[in-house]
Amino acid sequence: MKAAIAALCCGALFGIGLAIARMTDPLVVLGFLDIFGDFDPTLAFVLLGATMTTGIAFHFVTRRARPILAAEFHLPATRTIDLPLVLGAAIFGAGWGLAGYCPGPALVGAGTGIETALLFVPAMLAGSIAYRQLRHHY
Amino acid sequence: MSSWIVALLGGVLIGLSATGLLLFNGRIAGISGIVNGLMRRSSGADWAWRAAFVAGLVGAGGLTMHLLHQTTASPARLPVLLLAGVLVGFGTSLGGGCTSGHGVCGLGRFSRRSLVAVLTFMASAIVTVFLTHHVFGGAA
Repeated sequence: MKAAIAALCCGALFGIGLAIARMTDPLVVLGFLDIFGDFDPTLAFVLLGATMTTGIAFHFVTRRARPILAAEFHLPATRTIDLPLVLGAAIFGAGWGLAGYCPGPALVGAGTGIETALLFVPAMLAGSIAYRQLRHHY
Repeated sequence: MSSWIVALLGGVLIGLSATGLLLFNGRIAGISGIVNGLMRRSSGADWAWRAAFVAGLVGAGGLTMHLLHQTTASPARLPVLLLAGVLVGFGTSLGGGCTSGHGVCGLGRFSRRSLVAVLTFMASAIVTVFLTHHVFGGAA
């Protein structure tokens, strides 16, 4: 129960951060990606603020023996740079550039009832399910 | 307040959220991974923290957007929007993360894998925007 409450608060903080930073606005995102056109640097500051914070704080958190409300840290074990990583990132980037939504902002936009986000989220879930089906069968 | 300070502050909040989830729950705040885990058969406790995180994200984020009068929709037309959604869902599953998992958390852990992923999806997104905005003209 405590773990779920902590996760709820972290999720809330994440959503508030995305909205304040205006990463929830697809035009701000597309403006950042449009480096050959009407470039909007806003998103660079969002990414800078976020990675600066995790870059410093994660160092201290992972020095702990265990998290406060769980038995162990669940950190990605894979270290190899392989084709699925690069191909997956390239496919994700194409979708991000087409709509201006990545998963977090799309979910937040759906939460406030923006129609394009409400349409994007089910398509995104369908893409994840399609991947799982493919992997299951091949 | 100048917009870049607000953006930086928003980024810090996102970073603090990721720090909190790692400190309390021992988990990486990668939105695509958290959502994917919800669609998998798993233990009640595993499902609970994921559902709680998404509920907080959607609820508080949606409310903040409402309070800030943010109503901007994506300029993509319906077929393109749906294709984009499928690509984002498929690509983040295959590549093991999105802007939050590889970007905010992976870079924070100085993961080489995440750095490669971030550079790849940034480059791919920039090329996509270049093609749709400047080569084929107009918003897709």
